[in-house]
Amino acid sequence: MNKYYIGVDIGSISTKAVVIDGDNNIVASKYLWTEGSPINATKKVISELKRILESKNIECNIYGIGTTGSARNLIGSILNATVVKNEITAHAIGTLSIFPDVRTILEIGGQDSKLIILKDGVVVDYAMNTLCAAGTGAFLSSQAKRLGVNIEDLGVVALNSKNPSKIAARCTVFAESDLVHKAQIGHKKEDLIAGICNSVVSNYLNNLAKGKKIEDRVVFQGGVSKNIGVVEAFKKALKKEVYVDSSSHLMGALGVAILSKNVNKNGRKLNFNFDIQNIDFKTIGSYCNGCSNNCEIVSIYKDNILIDKMGGRCQKRKRIKTNCIIYIAFNFFLVYNIPSGR
Amino acid sequence: MKKYVVSFPRLGNYVYPIYAMLDRIIDKDNVSLLMPKEMTNNTIEIGANVSPDFVCLPFKYNMGNLVEALDSGANFLLQAGGGCRYGYYAEVQEQILKDLGYDFKLVSLLEPEGLDVMKLYKKFKMLNKKLSFSKFAKEILLAIDSIRVLDNVETYIRDNYAFEAKKGTFDIIHKEFLDKIIDIKNFKELYILKRKTFKKLKAVQFIDNVNDKIKVGIVGELYTSMEPYSTFFLEKELASLGVSVKRYTTVTYLLFIKKRKIKKHIKYAKDYINYALGADGTESVAHTLELINKGYDGIIHIKPFGCTPEINAMPILQKIAEEKNIPLIYLTFDSQTSMTGIKTRIEAFYDMLVMKKENERKIEDNVKSNEENYTYKKEEMLYEQVLHRS
Repeated sequence: MNKYYIGVDIGSISTKAVVIDGDNNIVASKYLWTEGSPINATKKVISELKRILESKNIECNIYGIGTTGSARNLIGSILNATVVKNEITAHAIGTLSIFPDVRTILEIGGQDSKLIILKDGVVVDYAMNTLCAAGTGAFLSSQAKRLGVNIEDLGVVALNSKNPSKIAARCTVFAESDLVHKAQIGHKKEDLIAGICNSVVSNYLNNLAKGKKIEDRVVFQGGVSKNIGVVEAFKKALKKEVYVDSSSHLMGALGVAILSKNVNKNGRKLNFNFDIQNIDFKTIGSYCNGCSNNCEIVSIYKDNILIDKMGGRCQKRKRIKTNCIIYIAFNFFLVYNIPSGR
Repeated sequence: MKKYVVSFPRLGNYVYPIYAMLDRIIDKDNVSLLMPKEMTNNTIEIGANVSPDFVCLPFKYNMGNLVEALDSGANFLLQAGGGCRYGYYAEVQEQILKDLGYDFKLVSLLEPEGLDVMKLYKKFKMLNKKLSFSKFAKEILLAIDSIRVLDNVETYIRDNYAFEAKKGTFDIIHKEFLDKIIDIKNFKELYILKRKTFKKLKAVQFIDNVNDKIKVGIVGELYTSMEPYSTFFLEKELASLGVSVKRYTTVTYLLFIKKRKIKKHIKYAKDYINYALGADGTESVAHTLELINKGYDGIIHIKPFGCTPEINAMPILQKIAEEKNIPLIYLTFDSQTSMTGIKTRIEAFYDMLVMKKENERKIEDNVKSNEENYTYKKEEMLYEQVLHRS
């Protein structure tokens, strides 16, 4: 009986999920938009996985579930994940499984971009964009909308350009005003789009890759790697071959699935239910009044039963989850017992 | 009606010894003391509202503290100085708060050059007309000593926090210590407290395989180093991952050791810097080198957004990290309240350190086994030679 592992990567723009077998081969995968609701996207993505697996006639025994991406904690508690990992590690592990000799990983997602530098299969340095969303997928998609081009076609259109417009790369706002200006004085659409692709690349290289050595082999991934225009712009700017895998958008999910494999050492089968479409998950945001900090607490309900609370800075809320009375008694004990030792 | 209600901005746990010192100095008939409120999201919200947008983070937190103090009735505020822009914060803050319509007096404890004892004495005389110089000197020395004890205790806790067998033991000892240090009256009490606390700390049981621990050094700007709230409790976050944390920047260090050591630091880091970088920039560089030489696994550099001395230090640190092959990350803090981004970076940094360490161990093992093979082969060859000869 084969063992299978699930990895889910819930980003700000898109949600990715893969099912892998024991040899890290992707058996089923799905990529869809998060649309501001990670829970619904996860439900959809899991039921899609189920559909794909059924169509392939695979009886799935899940031995591990991992989550990553910006909503990893929320989805981690909903899916009862065995591993919740940050994106950087997940991406590095995922890429290493396909390109074992990778030295540089360029990753551009919806809201953030990362640069991961590896040496002998170990992460030695990384950088994430710090200040703004310039040079990420969100910028590309908003500009595509402005120019009336489908985001999927952006790369193909850019390749047609012979004379790319020069567009300021430092900041999205400047880039946008530059773009409008260039459009109004009559630049061609494909030149403008090629200009945007170039500006994403130069923003990335000037912000993230500043002072870092980019060495072969270079792998480019994340949603934006599907855009041929940006890939070509990277090749031109780095003067290096840039490798893009066919499943480059799934690397985070793949990585975390592999990580979940390593965690499940005793090899017990997980009781995982693919039919979460019908389960009602509710999140309620509230403010904790435990101290003057007023942390925002998110409570997660599964069919109206509280399964997790998160968001507090201290451990107070978590203890309340287990047992309110014990918590209060414990606090009384602390308050009245310790000062008496003076 | 009391003439003055004294308050001051927070800085980590140093509020307790400072409060204790003021409590001993003030003339209780005319002056009362107000403990600054705990840091909350509210503090930074108020602070950011009344501050210029591009000023650095400590200014905003200070403003939040001061406005909260003024709103709860304080009218005599104390502020410290520092080596960078911090040096003129007191004046700017005074002007902004006066423009907001508050009526108060603001006194800066430190001069731009550092601590000047006579000037400080004159300032404290405003709070107690009968304050004699000998009493003042004694109280100041006691305060300095309690700060030193506090630093010692906290350094020990930072080093070992991640490895307590029963979670929360250190927290309880720490809290007890802070509760007591506020009531210290003389040196004898202080030393008894120190001895008792360290006895308790040393008695804490550790988890197994402590020798395997990952050690991280924190360098960077002073306020973000010392006020845990401003960095989303970075040190505790690291400890919860299982990391032992070291940082040099403490009040004891800044007031007494820094001036003495600045030339030594430049000499120590002479491959990288020729002159002082201003504020804590020199220390960031020298301490990074020192931590690397002591065998720390990684360095975290922290600064508030727009901190010029630390920005000066960053390219130098980058070079050091490259040459010495040590992982180094930069974290920048501003008035944001979400810690998700910081958490992701710290976790990734930790994973990186663990992977690196494992890899190094593997390589070491390989080298060892190769050496063994080599000696084995050598012996074999010798044996064969001997056989041939015979």
